Amino acid sequence: MVDTRTFLGSLELSNPVIPASGTFGFGLEMAEIYDLDILGSISIKGTTSEPRFGNPTPRIAECCGGLINSVGLQNPGIDAVISEELPALSKVFHKKVIANISGFSVDEYAHCCSLVDSVDQVGIIEVNVSCPNVHNGGMAFGTDPEAAAAVTRAVKAVTTKPVYIKLSPNVTDIVSIAKACEEAGADGLTLINTMLGMRIDIRRRRPVIANRMGGFSGRAIFPVALRMVYQVSHACSIPVIGCGGVASAADVIEMMMAGASAVQVGAENLRNPFACKEIVEALPVEMEKLGIESLRDIIGIVG
Amino acid sequence: MERLKLTVLSNRQLACGIFGMKLGGCTAECRPGQFVNLELDGFFLRRPISVCDWKDGVLTLAYKVVGDGTAAMAQLPEGTVVDTLVGLGNGFDTDVPCRKALLVGGGIGLAPLFRLTGELVSRGVEVTVVAGFRTASEIFLESEFAEAGANFIVATEDGSRGVKGFVTDAIREKAPAHDYIFSCGPMPMMKALCAATAAPAQLSLEERMGCGFGICMGCTCRTTGGAKRICKEGPVFKREEIIW
Repeated sequence: MVDTRTFLGSLELSNPVIPASGTFGFGLEMAEIYDLDILGSISIKGTTSEPRFGNPTPRIAECCGGLINSVGLQNPGIDAVISEELPALSKVFHKKVIANISGFSVDEYAHCCSLVDSVDQVGIIEVNVSCPNVHNGGMAFGTDPEAAAAVTRAVKAVTTKPVYIKLSPNVTDIVSIAKACEEAGADGLTLINTMLGMRIDIRRRRPVIANRMGGFSGRAIFPVALRMVYQVSHACSIPVIGCGGVASAADVIEMMMAGASAVQVGAENLRNPFACKEIVEALPVEMEKLGIESLRDIIGIVG
Repeated sequence: MERLKLTVLSNRQLACGIFGMKLGGCTAECRPGQFVNLELDGFFLRRPISVCDWKDGVLTLAYKVVGDGTAAMAQLPEGTVVDTLVGLGNGFDTDVPCRKALLVGGGIGLAPLFRLTGELVSRGVEVTVVAGFRTASEIFLESEFAEAGANFIVATEDGSRGVKGFVTDAIREKAPAHDYIFSCGPMPMMKALCAATAAPAQLSLEERMGCGFGICMGCTCRTTGGAKRICKEGPVFKREEIIW
């Protein structure tokens, strides 16, 4: 009997598999097709202070091994998330969730996090400083060490919950940003968010998606995500949640060997709604095959 | 939503650029106007295709080749097993006061109106279908609609068959009185349709989708009732919900 438990700080997860923010809604649609309690946790749809419609459509462009999205943080706003979405989710998912928070100013991040602070169901606050699909916000905070640190400090000041900063891969040196967040008090890091990308419809001679560019995710980005998880987890001492292109139990194990304490599954949910369930079920089998007794033994084992 | 392994029983061209596929092994229930999402080898995302008909476990799709994915779909040989999500979207609401229905399809938008025709006819509703195409070689399912009991009126933009012009021209010239409208087709067509008619209407919309089952927010549209996901709250909306 293998041990799939893992820890994010003091939060124990029955297994490391977490649907990534933006690829699982607020969980309710997925609860119709399988028992969500098999998951380690759920990172809910990114939430801002005010409701947002998001970007114009088309928002989706398929690519080899993935897709580009430019949803642009469509969400019902923090008040509705706290009063409606989270209570609804609590009826079908009985573990701690990860609240993903976005913003357009340091104050907005802090405002949302201060509201989420009192929600018992939230085990971790994941601060998204890496959304490539909004102007004057999101990724702007995640591409500069000073700005990322400023958001981290502001958020830490208003909550006692563990704060994980979700980092952008669209940077020259992700380690310097990760370290700046750690020094500013981050309890952990999630990486990576999507990679800025673009597709052109060559028949119409215009971008496929209305917003021109968007975030590339899916299996194709796995090696980039793995490399960044490896670099950051070896340079920092706080836990890292690995995210990017994960599509199988083997990918989960590989991410953990690179240094991830838990793993998020994103774009794969869109092509296979049962992806997380299948990965959770395959994980013990894969572990036995590889002679892994406890997942905690392999975190960062590759030096 | 159910995920099923369906088997291609037949896959052949119906008209210029339009293909028909029969898939066996469908144990799930469908409603007219719902869609399925097909996994294709070599493509990351599934392909959402409206359901044309189903009977005795056989699902019938009619689809237009518009890109690499549908081109690959058109090459699938008989016997291919296709991982399919079935029962997506809300579908048409047939439980409405309707005695004389006008069904308006533009191009491939005609496909989901086929099963709807069958269900309405079996309820004793008088069904007139107005189908618009660019040219005669694109016309498909004409005899099938007639056999299903519909009065089938064709409009072609080039006048190569039926009424020359758009569906709105054909409605003005040929369609009998109606008390309810169901439509699927290009937005400009449905906009013109709504401008030219007054009866209650249900319209099926289309958008590029990520997941097809409501989790990615890729296909959201603005409606008078707020932001709605075309794949989940839609694809069918009432005319008063649409913001033109």
